[in-house]
Amino acid sequence: MLDNNGKFVCLAIPGKVVEIDKNKEHATIDYGEGTRRKANVTLVKVKVGDYILVHAGFAIEVLNEKEAQETLNLFREMLSSEEEK
Amino acid sequence: MFSLKDKKLANDIVSKIKKLDVNLKFMHVCGTHQDTLVKNGLDALLKKCGVEIGQGPGCPVCVTTPKEIEEMLLLARNGKTVTSFGDMINVPGEIDSLRSMKAEGCDVRTVYGIEDAVEISKKNPDKDVVFMAVGFETTAPTTAAVILKNPPDNFSILCCHRTIPEALRAIIEMGEIKIDGLIEPGHVSTIIGSKPYEFLSKDYKVPQVIAGFEPIDILMGAWMLVQQIEKGEAIVQNEYTRVVHTEGNIKAQQAIKDVFEPGDIKWRGFPIIPRSSLELRSKFEKYDARKKYEEILKELQSKQFHEPEGCLCGELLRGLVSPFECPLFGQACTPETPVGPCMVSIEGSCNIEYRYSHK
Repeated sequence: MLDNNGKFVCLAIPGKVVEIDKNKEHATIDYGEGTRRKANVTLVKVKVGDYILVHAGFAIEVLNEKEAQETLNLFREMLSSEEEK
Repeated sequence: MFSLKDKKLANDIVSKIKKLDVNLKFMHVCGTHQDTLVKNGLDALLKKCGVEIGQGPGCPVCVTTPKEIEEMLLLARNGKTVTSFGDMINVPGEIDSLRSMKAEGCDVRTVYGIEDAVEISKKNPDKDVVFMAVGFETTAPTTAAVILKNPPDNFSILCCHRTIPEALRAIIEMGEIKIDGLIEPGHVSTIIGSKPYEFLSKDYKVPQVIAGFEPIDILMGAWMLVQQIEKGEAIVQNEYTRVVHTEGNIKAQQAIKDVFEPGDIKWRGFPIIPRSSLELRSKFEKYDARKKYEEILKELQSKQFHEPEGCLCGELLRGLVSPFECPLFGQACTPETPVGPCMVSIEGSCNIEYRYSHK
């Protein structure tokens, strides 16, 4: 992905799929705050509404929304279970 | 979107590590991990708890060798349209950088990704367009996907893709530094999954955790490594389950396999690391700039390449020194006047250190 100066970063940015092109190769991705860009989606299986990670113009993975929401709880559980031992 | 902010949890992790009274050294290989560590002061915080985390050879721009930079410069000098990610353009070669050559009238263009470079070749059928394909397993499938779609004949790539696991083996085998645990890069792992790291735990008894990029992810990653060490374990754990699956992105792995084969390659600061490059398979050689422009590039074949004088990027990439230990850091070498690539790239530890210490 790019930062504001157009530099390469290994970080992939999360965005929401709002529309998939007819040829199924590209999709319009909403990154929030009005930023929308096209990304190539041929490396993943996506549908409208999915959250994806985009790197250098390509979607590289679909985010697991449920897992994401439970991440903090999972971490808390892991910490407390170590304490009980 | 998926914000992971919980100050109490962060404090809990830190105090738990502190209680264990450890003295450990971890390595990570990702500029974005380094950014999170320095930006949030986690490196200093963890150091106080006995855990030092440093960056290894995890910045694609930084590990690209002087020879590869000269190949690009030579192609630009010979009238090719050279395209690359922004940081690459600022890396100094022996005399010029792509940026200075652009100022002299060479056709050098910054692109957002490889698809932009293909667009340039479609719009300019009279130009020979070369894309400098740098990056690890996160970026390699984007190159592969484009090559598989048969881009125009006036398009080619200077392939500089490298793979992380073999470089980790090299750094452990070199034995120059103590590595008690590895924090593995979240987005490389998105593609390759967790299996390709397993040999490191098995062969070298190194604990590993794949981690995400929020401050909590890194703290949690450090804590999981400490736990493994306390229990005498050495396995690959995944902290970044909301994104990384054990098997990785199979479609992307297949694209890499279809287009590339492993090769031996030198990394900046390292000798040749066996099977750590991705080379274009022979059936795609019409897109291989090294084959296509063999005549132009042959003058570099017997040339010896040197690191810039006084530059410690090589030692830094092997985890032996910190930016502050380089006499050039912040003096002769700044983001405006970089001597080595670690100050150029926003994933390089010198650039990251400079950016946050000069705010």
